[in-house]
Order: sequence, then structure tokens, then C-alpha cells
Amino acid sequence: MTPVTAEMPKVVDRQGPSGTHRLFAAGNDAGLAEHVQTFGALPLHGVDARLIDVVEASGLTGRGGAAFASWRKIAATVDARSGAPLERKPVVIANGAEGEPLSFKDKALLAHAPHLVIDGLLTAARAVSGGQLFIYATDAGLPAVERALAQRHDSRSIRLVAAPETFISGEASAVVNGIANGPALPTDHRRRLSESGFKGRPTLVLNVETLAHMALIARYGSAWFRTEGSDRDPGTRLVSVSGPAGDRLLEVAGDAGLGDVLSSADIDTSSIQAVLVGGYHGRWVRPMGYRLSPTGPASHTVRPGAGVVHALPDSVCGLETTAQIVGYLANESAKQCGPCMYGLPAMARVLNSLAYGGRDPQLVRELGRLSRMVTGRGACHHPDGAAQLVGSALEAFSAEVAAHLAGTCTKRMGRRS
Amino acid sequence: MDNALWAFGRVSGIISLVLFTGTVLVGVLARSGRPLLVVPRFSVTLIHRNIALLATAFLVLHVGSLMLDSYAKLNVTDVVVPFLGPFRPFWQGLGTVAFDLVLAVVVTSLLRHRIGPRTFRAVHWFTYAMWPIALAHAIGNGTNGTSRWFLLLAAGSAAVVVGALAWRVSANFLETAKTRQGGLL
Amino acid sequence: MSETLHIDWTRCDGRGLCTELLPTLLDRDDWGYPLAKRATNGDRSNVAVRPAHSEAAREAVYLCPKMALSLANQVAGFGQ
Repeated sequence: MTPVTAEMPKVVDRQGPSGTHRLFAAGNDAGLAEHVQTFGALPLHGVDARLIDVVEASGLTGRGGAAFASWRKIAATVDARSGAPLERKPVVIANGAEGEPLSFKDKALLAHAPHLVIDGLLTAARAVSGGQLFIYATDAGLPAVERALAQRHDSRSIRLVAAPETFISGEASAVVNGIANGPALPTDHRRRLSESGFKGRPTLVLNVETLAHMALIARYGSAWFRTEGSDRDPGTRLVSVSGPAGDRLLEVAGDAGLGDVLSSADIDTSSIQAVLVGGYHGRWVRPMGYRLSPTGPASHTVRPGAGVVHALPDSVCGLETTAQIVGYLANESAKQCGPCMYGLPAMARVLNSLAYGGRDPQLVRELGRLSRMVTGRGACHHPDGAAQLVGSALEAFSAEVAAHLAGTCTKRMGRRS
Repeated sequence: MDNALWAFGRVSGIISLVLFTGTVLVGVLARSGRPLLVVPRFSVTLIHRNIALLATAFLVLHVGSLMLDSYAKLNVTDVVVPFLGPFRPFWQGLGTVAFDLVLAVVVTSLLRHRIGPRTFRAVHWFTYAMWPIALAHAIGNGTNGTSRWFLLLAAGSAAVVVGALAWRVSANFLETAKTRQGGLL
Repeated sequence: MSETLHIDWTRCDGRGLCTELLPTLLDRDDWGYPLAKRATNGDRSNVAVRPAHSEAAREAVYLCPKMALSLANQVAGFGQ
């Protein structure tokens, strides 16, 4: 299943990094020399549309949050290109706009392994015969990429675009809108971006980590990629772990156990009451027996989203924490779509009431009603994400909800009087 | 024949003005998102459109009859370019301006699904300029413009349109205003 | 062939014409916006329209003051 590598005599003997230490194998602040020394030169001339088969065999899924099969996106872009009456060169965008406040893996990747991202972008562009290429990231991520681009000669077609520091600036249609028109706001998309995206051209938007994995898959093949992780979630993923012990960036195998991830980040699981997995659009889970995988039964698996794991210590009230997050999400609504613009603030108000003193049992029912009301009704999935978070909070903190309705809070540090 | 054309020109102008007044009022109501008693919202929108088209038809008759009329002697240029006419050029010019605005608003309305909401909306705002200009034209240029009954009609029309505008800019204008108020953090 | 009524939420202002024309498909939410009674795979931005409601749906598309509606035979979209 590795037709591309078979054509690459230079790297045929080369072994990929072993273990889960892959994306940062070239070390911190890796320049081009360290990058090439560690990974070997990128066999770019051998890459064409057959890469789609290799990526399919690898099982790589998007690391930006939605975990969509990467090969499908690439294939759809190729189809759109050949289906167009006039052949229009696709646009390929490396998406490093990491609006999720609990996520820092894309910033780290752009800072320490920018060449891997650039390799991935060039590889994807080659597979779809792309024209314009962009790397889209917040100001924090751009300088390292700029330095990396200055070191190489094969990446002149890549343009850097600064993303605003908003929660939704990384949503795919917002990325395309931001680069093409300025405002990084999601747009209504009747047609897929792969058919009609940047200025009506077929557009492929891939997360920077996804591209970095693709750069390694192009070198070492799909079988190598699958040596870590499981059948349902092969490869590795970056995980931004935050909590009482501070922030830790990990690269873990696919389908990793949540408890193992926390232990690797030096978090004492006995002092943790719940974990938010997948970020502000994610899901609160307890206890720690879950596995991190985009697919699998909800009773045993939790979707990693963009690889966010946030541990909530025993002393903090989960309802208060969630109320603050939902308030933030309401504020970060692009305020383009009515259900999100009015529904999220309404949810935030009800949850605030529940967290800070309200004792009406109707509050819980109202939260459920509002969550169902906003779900599936927007240009992007911002309302869906908020609804999922709230639903999981009511479930994970059900004891807390009961305590609050009875006028107490089980957390010493909870600010209830 | 000439007398008939002249009379028809005047009457059709007045009918057109009254119908445009109605169009503005129903348009403001449609914008509020409210039904009209038992008349549903989509019917209010259809009424708005149909009165507007009827008003435009009378406007075309008004202009057309005065083009044929040997006394008014309007020519094609006068119909399109304002302030060039031989008789009271300023007041007649206002009529020309209003006519041009009506054409722009009607054409962009009929083509709104092609030109998109932005252009449609921008041009539709000109209605608020068109209506007082048309009223001024009627008073300043019309044979009956300064007669008592017409001034009463004009004053009454102006009062209801101003009232509608006051409602339009008030806080509770939208049907959904109450539930949406304070809805944002 | 069954059709889909697509709601462009970035344009929709909840004026309520479509909910009057398609009462069997759409309710209004707390703020007046159209609320599909049935979701398709959690999606309530693309509402399935049976042939019996096709005419009313066409009317709604035409009359929507914000031009927020469109009809298509099928709709597909990627997530993020």
C-alpha cells in the first residue's frame, strides 16, 4: 500500500521515527538542516494524485477538530478540479488558526516544526495539482514559518496570512472567507469548499498538524503511520493538556487511554473530578477510563476534537466553569446567525443562574430545550458545539446540579454562600 | 382629446401618488414582520408588491399621457433627465427624479434574486427619498397642487407616512423585538 | 425527486413568511427564526421537502424578504 514511497529510491531505506515522538523528532526550533537530517529530503517529485490512496491506507483523519477522513477531502478537491468546465487550479490552505483557548499544539508545531507543515502543504498541493498555497495562522505562529520559508527554495508559492485571535477564525469557511475577503467569519456553504471555496475555486483546507502527518506519510508510507495507534484511530496526535499542573503538550498514540494521557502530563487523576475533552466544543467526561478516538461508542470513547484535554481539579465547581465557557462562546459568536446570536446568550444566562444561585428545577429543562433549539442551525457548528458542551456538563456534573438546586455546592471553593 | 389626456394625466398622477403612499405604509408593515390582523405575512408582502406595481402602472400612464399631451409637451429627455422642461422646470424636475427612482427601485426589486440582497436593499432605501420628492412635485407642479382638498390629502398622507417612519425607528418595531431584546450579552 | 430547502442563516432574519407558508415543516423558535420540525442527521439548515409542499416551498424561496432560502435536489457540506 505504499506506491509513492516505492518510487523514491532516496528514502526507501529510511526508517521513520519510532514510537510516538514523531512530529517534533527534529527537536525544538528545528531549522531546515535538522529537519532534513532527521526526516530526509521530501520526495516531492514522486507525489501525485496517487497520494490519495496512500493517505486512505494510512487512515489519517483531520486533526483540526472534525476528524474528517483526509483522503476524502483531497479526493473531492481533485474531482472538483477535473469536473470544472475550465480547469481551475485548486487552492490549498494550511490552517493554523487555533482559536480554541485550551489548544496550543498548532502554535507549537508552527514554532518548532514549521518545515514539516510546509512539506505537508507542498505534498497536498502536488496531489491536487494546486495553484495558490496559503499558511493561515495567528500572529504568534507566523514568524517561525516566515523564517522557515526563507530557508528553502521550493516554497515560493506559499503566502502567509494572519488569522485574527477569535474562537471561530479557524472554521474552514471562515478561513477561506478571511483569506479571500478579510473578515474571518463563517459563510453559508451550499456547496463544499472542495467544489467552490477561495474565489470560487476548489479549495482544500487542512489543519497544520494533519499536513505534518501527511509529510511523514509521504516519506515513510501508510504502514509506518499505522505502527502507532489502533485500527480505528491510527497514527499519533498532538494533545494540549491543561489543568492544575499547568500546560503540557504531548504527542500520543491514536486511541490512547485518557488516564494514561493525564498521567503522562503528570496529573494525579485522583485529584481530578472531570476532564473536558475536545475543547470548548467538546465533552466533559468522568471517570478516566475513556479512550481518545474520533470513532467508537460514546460510553467508552471520547472524541479528541483538536486534541484538547483539560483536567478539572476536585476543588472547582464544574457548573461554574462551564457557565464561564458558555459565556465566552456566546461572546465569540460571529452574530451572523439568529439561533446562535440569541440562543447562546440565552443558554449562558440559564447556566449562569444554575451555577450561581438559581434553584428552579425548570432551569435544567430550559437548558435542554435551548440546546436542542440551537443545534444544527447555523452556517458553522458553533451552536452545536456549545450545546454538546452543556449537555455533557449536565450529565457529568449531575450531582453538582442536584446540589445547586438544593441550595448548596459540593465544592469548597465554589462561591456559593 | 387633448383635454382628456390632460385630465387623465393629472388624475393618474394623483392615483399613483396615493398608491405609492399605500406601498410605503404596507412596506413598513412588511418590514416589521407582523401580519395585518388576519392577513398573513406573505400576503402583506404580496400586497406591498402588487400595490407598488399598480402605482408604477399609473405612474407610467401619468408620464405617457403627458408626453402625448400637446400642452405639457414632455419629451423623452424630460422623462429621464430632470430640470430641463419648459414649464416650471424645478417642480417638473422633481417628478422626473421621482420617476427615475421608482424605475430603479422597481427594476432592482423584480431582479432581486439575481442581484442579491445588498444592491436590492441599498436601492430600496431610495424609496424614502422618492416619496417626499413625488409629493413635492405634486404640490408644486400639479394643477390641483395647491387646491385645498389636495393639500389636505397631502397633509394626511405625510402624517401617516411620518407616523409609520416613527414606528419604524422605534425600539419595538420588529414583531420579535421583545424576545430579542437583551438577548445579546 | 425529493427536494431540500436550504436556510442561509447568515441572511435569515426570522420574518416568519416561510413558517406561514410551510407550517407542516417549520415552526418558529423563541426569536422568530424558522425551526425545522425534523432534523436530517442533526442538520436543520437543509429541510427535506416532500413533493406535496414543493409549491409552497418555491413560494417561500421567492417571497423571503432576506433571500435566505433556496431549493435544491440535494445538499452536501463538509464540517470543519
